[in-house]
Amino acid sequence: MKVVLSSIPSDSHTWNLVYMQLLLEEMGYEVVNLGSCTPVEDIISGVRDHQPDALVISTVNGHGVAESAKIAGQLHSLGLADDVPKLIGGNLATTGSLTPEQVSCLRASFDGVFTGERAVDDFIAFMNRSSRPHQAAN
Amino acid sequence: MNPGYFTQFVKERQAEGRLIVQPRMGFGGLEEMRAGLERVKQCGVPVIGTITIDSFTRVNRYEDAAYALRDGHHLNGFPLITHGAQATAAMLEGLQGPGFPVQVRHGTALPQALFRALLDSGIDATEGGPVSYCLPYSRVPLRQAIAAWAECCEMLAERSGRGMVCHLESFAGCMLGQLCPPSLLVALGILEGLFFAAHGVCSLSLSFAQGTSLVQDIAALRVLRRLAEEFLPSDIDWHIVVYCFMGLFPRTLEGAQALLRESARLAKIGGAGRLIVKTPAEAHRIPTVEENLDSLRLAYDVSENASYLFDQTEANTLFAEIYDHARLLTEATLELHTGIGEAIHQAFITGRLDVPYCLHRDNANRSRSIIDPRGYLQWASFGGMPHRATRASGPGGAQHAVGSAALLEMLSFNQRKYDAPPRPTACE
Repeated sequence: MKVVLSSIPSDSHTWNLVYMQLLLEEMGYEVVNLGSCTPVEDIISGVRDHQPDALVISTVNGHGVAESAKIAGQLHSLGLADDVPKLIGGNLATTGSLTPEQVSCLRASFDGVFTGERAVDDFIAFMNRSSRPHQAAN
Repeated sequence: MNPGYFTQFVKERQAEGRLIVQPRMGFGGLEEMRAGLERVKQCGVPVIGTITIDSFTRVNRYEDAAYALRDGHHLNGFPLITHGAQATAAMLEGLQGPGFPVQVRHGTALPQALFRALLDSGIDATEGGPVSYCLPYSRVPLRQAIAAWAECCEMLAERSGRGMVCHLESFAGCMLGQLCPPSLLVALGILEGLFFAAHGVCSLSLSFAQGTSLVQDIAALRVLRRLAEEFLPSDIDWHIVVYCFMGLFPRTLEGAQALLRESARLAKIGGAGRLIVKTPAEAHRIPTVEENLDSLRLAYDVSENASYLFDQTEANTLFAEIYDHARLLTEATLELHTGIGEAIHQAFITGRLDVPYCLHRDNANRSRSIIDPRGYLQWASFGGMPHRATRASGPGGAQHAVGSAALLEMLSFNQRKYDAPPRPTACE
């Protein structure tokens, strides 16, 4: 099982990506870590080249809502959006917590949105839930 | 013309035995920037003004900075290139001088345009480095950053030759903000210092960021000083600059202030020329000017009354360990090539230098660090780096992996340590 892990173009933080890679590896995933300030093209080619079981976007600089829309839009227009579950988490808005509009906007493009105090626990639970049938199918 | 206010000011304060304190501060607008600098200038302690550059300019997206400025959007720093040299010079008119030098702080891997603009603005001091501003924050190939920084150093040298002595501070004492053991921070500082000198910089500073243990940091600063004396050309003017902790900051006012106090003590005991402060707002948001002024005054007061009591025997033991490894890393790099830039590049490509947890493509990322039970930053795995230790210092002695939970614990080590309510004393 393979995950492509990335940030968004404007976010230079890396500790979140280091942490997420370790977490995913401990859950048994092979991780392709695209690093911080990830250009949209690199995310597209990461998905295309590695055919991952999930795309995980982790970002903490508050521009996640705006920039993830571009990423999802690109994946969609290239016909790659339905091939891979897309998950996003971290601090996604400069205001801290997300507005209901922002949440529904993110949910339209992403299969999982993880933010706030319980983000990591919810993410782990989500991955455990979704990986089992997949494993069984293999 | 500015003859080199920064270098002269540091020399004078060091002769007086006074620590210079310096904030991180940047505003989008010219007037706000000037007003902020004016208040710093008047804060009543030995201080150098800082212009922190915005995040668009840092990644060379000058048009985005221009749009933000035009549309009145918030910028998290001063867009120096967008304002231009002339407007920046006018903003500093009557403000910058022998009693108040100004430094530009930026975070740019490819800073040629920024260097040109700041020099044209009459500013004589900035910071960064080919490794320290490339590996932690950018996707720029290391080779490209090395070439860019060589060009920038030569710009500073050329201005110095025309009468404005220009200063460059290496940011290598900070790699990723936390969890980089001192032997590598010190070696990288020496290597960047040598790189600056080789490209004509005549006034430089070597940095060190506060870690997880005062006594280990004191020992590391001694090593930095010793190696600078041994390796830097004798005609170079240099001093040490300490950064208040650059990682996850305590959330409480008390905790944040305690950490800042300790960094001021470290700077004083370590004989640093300057201290870059942080504020209690750090864990939450960008600090206000007022919060910066409070930190500058607090840090300076602590430095003037610093206790020099610490465990000398322990510091001596740590000095020997850090010195040995930092020197080994420095020499193992220098022997790779006669050109310092090429030597540094090869050292990273071959994994002889390896910043733990750094995801940059030119970094091997096989080394690992841990915080040991004594609170010291140690190597859990050297990766491909040379070492004389028979073992890495991880628990049990074996080279071992660091898991996600352990990483999170280590990242929040200082936050937990300083936010914890003080323990009752023995007589309570």
